Amino acid sequence: MTKYEEFLIEKGLFITAILSIIVILLIIGFIFKEGLPAMESYGFLNFIFGMDWSPSDGQYGVFTMIIGSIGITLLSLLFAVPLSLLCAIFLAEIAPKTMKRILKPVIETLAGIPSVVYGFFGLIILVPFMRVQFGGTGFSMLTASLILTVMILPTIISISEDALKSVPHEYKEASLALGATHWQTIKNVLFPAAIPGIITAIILGMGRAVGETLAVIMVAGNVTQIPNSIFDPVRALTSNIALEMGYATGLHYNALFATGIILFIMIIILLVIANYFHYKKKVVIGGGYL
Amino acid sequence: MDYRIEVEDLNVYFNEAQILKDVSLKIHKNTVTSLIGPSGCGKSTFIRTLNRMNDLIDGFKHDGTVLLDRKDIYDPKVDVVDLRKKIGMVFQKPNPFPKSIFDNVAYGLRVHGINENNAIKEKVEESLKAAALWDEVKDKLDMSAMGLSGGQQQRLCIARTIAVNPEVILMDEPASALDPISTTKIEDLVHKLKNDYTIIIVTHNMQQATRVSKYTAFFLNGEIVESGLTERLFVDPQDKRTEDYITGRFG
Repeated sequence: MTKYEEFLIEKGLFITAILSIIVILLIIGFIFKEGLPAMESYGFLNFIFGMDWSPSDGQYGVFTMIIGSIGITLLSLLFAVPLSLLCAIFLAEIAPKTMKRILKPVIETLAGIPSVVYGFFGLIILVPFMRVQFGGTGFSMLTASLILTVMILPTIISISEDALKSVPHEYKEASLALGATHWQTIKNVLFPAAIPGIITAIILGMGRAVGETLAVIMVAGNVTQIPNSIFDPVRALTSNIALEMGYATGLHYNALFATGIILFIMIIILLVIANYFHYKKKVVIGGGYL
Repeated sequence: MDYRIEVEDLNVYFNEAQILKDVSLKIHKNTVTSLIGPSGCGKSTFIRTLNRMNDLIDGFKHDGTVLLDRKDIYDPKVDVVDLRKKIGMVFQKPNPFPKSIFDNVAYGLRVHGINENNAIKEKVEESLKAAALWDEVKDKLDMSAMGLSGGQQQRLCIARTIAVNPEVILMDEPASALDPISTTKIEDLVHKLKNDYTIIIVTHNMQQATRVSKYTAFFLNGEIVESGLTERLFVDPQDKRTEDYITGRFG
């Protein structure tokens, strides 16, 4: 009888696992089914490299938005990576226990705040501030990046901290026993040994930045143009879908799904890179003296 | 009576647990001293007190004095980093950095501010020779140290320790994870090194203690039961417990 139960449970678990994969595959299949016709009829290269997005004139070039997404993401990484790595080092190595007990939940809470709240904060506080400080409307690539920076900090901090803490304690002892200072040990031994994990952390943060929609819509300005400076408004790929899905029909509707395909491919590339480093972590790295 | 290290009435606690009780021991210059005793008797804690590695552990407290060259190493004015440069340590499990063989040995030099490439190269070669590893690795200095065998890794760790010119080398069961041939090599190395360094070696292996050391201290339950010349201690133990231990009646 137990053997029969065992069989049922195993099959049951298998079906649940398969079910979630099937759901994902169905969604992907649907996106491609709806999106590919737009790419085909408008021309694949025209779609990706076209500078003009005006559905009313039948123009569906998403290049400005690809640049918008990449620009916002890279700019937010520029702010977030140094901040979060220093914070992770502080948490993993320097912070006294009591301080860690306060800081960690605070950082985890940051990750739990809904993105609309970040966006709303950006709209009410940051946009007017930018308008006063730098002129223009205040809606810009920079404004969106600053909001995104705060949003991806917790991801990068907690994964990097884990990477630093999982460096074998023996390395640290060996370095200190040689008369290296604590900071020399962090800089030359712990940090280099944690680099694969840190890269994973950065890429996952990057994935969050690329995929974020609501907060970006609320502060980025959403103009389909190649920005001349970080103070110009931009539109991200995600924003494009969310902004126009309410009224899109026909080819326009398909073009929004095609935008989704581009996003999907960008995220997949990032995940592949993250996985590569995640597995590489287990292989010994031969790194030199940094 | 030329002592390098003098420990007097040392008590060590981790939180509430007392690990060492009234330990007193004098370590002669340029000799090898073995610390023997059953697992958990405080030998490792004792040597980690000498280079203040226990400072890293939460709840570490101590009283009593530890003098290196007549100076208290727990004096608040003492620079721990400087102290650890003078007292090197080789760990039980070989723990080379995940860097190249060359960089492992050069690491200590670089963190102490030596940047001149030729000086580093010379010192790396000298240290690897002193650790009897040079001939085996001279053609693959750029290779990752993780690719070496356990015995080679341990000799690399010794080379790394020697490179920063310590006065004292602490060895915490340096051969316990190694095969007999590698063990012999480490012991030969200890013999060779005692001319230039004061060596304190923790070992489970009593034959090893008789082979490598001039002095031996026997630890039991956090106390030193007996210490003195190795020959004397093994041939004519004064304490019943020492006799029981070295004749294998417990531990």
